[in-house]
Amino acid sequence: MEVGLGHFLTVGAILFVTGVFGIFLNRKNIITILMSVELILLAVNINMVAFSAFLNDLVGQVFALFILTVAAAEAAIGLAILVVFFRNRGSIAVEDVNSMKG
Amino acid sequence: MLGLQALFFYLFALVTVGSAVSVVVARNPVHAVLFLILTFVSAAGLFLLTGAEFLALILIVVYVGAVAILFLFVVMMLDLDLGDIKRGALDYAPIGAIIGVILLAELIIVVTGNYFDPQLSVATAMPTPPLAEVSNIRALGSVLYTRYVFFFQLAGLILFVAMIGAIVLTLRHKEGIKRQSIPRQVARTPETAIEIRKVQSGKGL
Repeated sequence: MEVGLGHFLTVGAILFVTGVFGIFLNRKNIITILMSVELILLAVNINMVAFSAFLNDLVGQVFALFILTVAAAEAAIGLAILVVFFRNRGSIAVEDVNSMKG
Repeated sequence: MLGLQALFFYLFALVTVGSAVSVVVARNPVHAVLFLILTFVSAAGLFLLTGAEFLALILIVVYVGAVAILFLFVVMMLDLDLGDIKRGALDYAPIGAIIGVILLAELIIVVTGNYFDPQLSVATAMPTPPLAEVSNIRALGSVLYTRYVFFFQLAGLILFVAMIGAIVLTLRHKEGIKRQSIPRQVARTPETAIEIRKVQSGKGL
């Protein structure tokens, strides 16, 4: 069977849902939540590249490049915030993030 | 060789999905990061299959080389309590599963429907030149540095701001360390720095 657009989109969809499920499953662990966000962004990138290839349009790859840039920046800032939070509280559990009592 | 392409597609797709699930369910964060690396590498294989060579290599260089290693550093630096993470992990699994199944069903309905016509080429913004004539990186560069040069600069600005933000957030001034104070050094005069004493011969100070 020839590999078509639907195959790549299915992989992207499964990866996206895995990322969303990971956010629900790992409520205690911000690191795994950040990794789930990376999975979601990877799923979006797979969609972008698949559409770029099968619609014969190069702009999809350009935007996948920008998504990659933003994801890298997000990971850097997120991990920096995580390190500061761990220094202050000694844990990374999401439930402890309530010092402002909003 | 269509059969070979399909074989490699299913290989990379299975490894991608399997390691992504392992990232989510892994108890040990270090294992999760290692599975994340495997996910990125096999996703790079998928990118190669579609002909996006530059993006595949960038995915390995940037994600495996920088982002995943950053994750690994943070995981090992934080000295996490694994037992604390394990407790109550399945509390939100049912609602997560419900939302995941609904989301997956919606996405499958969209993907398997014939909404995307590969023959649709009316709206093509920048057609991809054939890979045999122009290499992928050259074609990408000729678009990126001309039509999207503003976005390219903006991406650089985003990375710059992220770099400054990460440094500012994690910079720490430790107490009790001798540091060079340039204003103090510059403000020194002979009166404050030198002491002249008369030393008598045959005697020390």
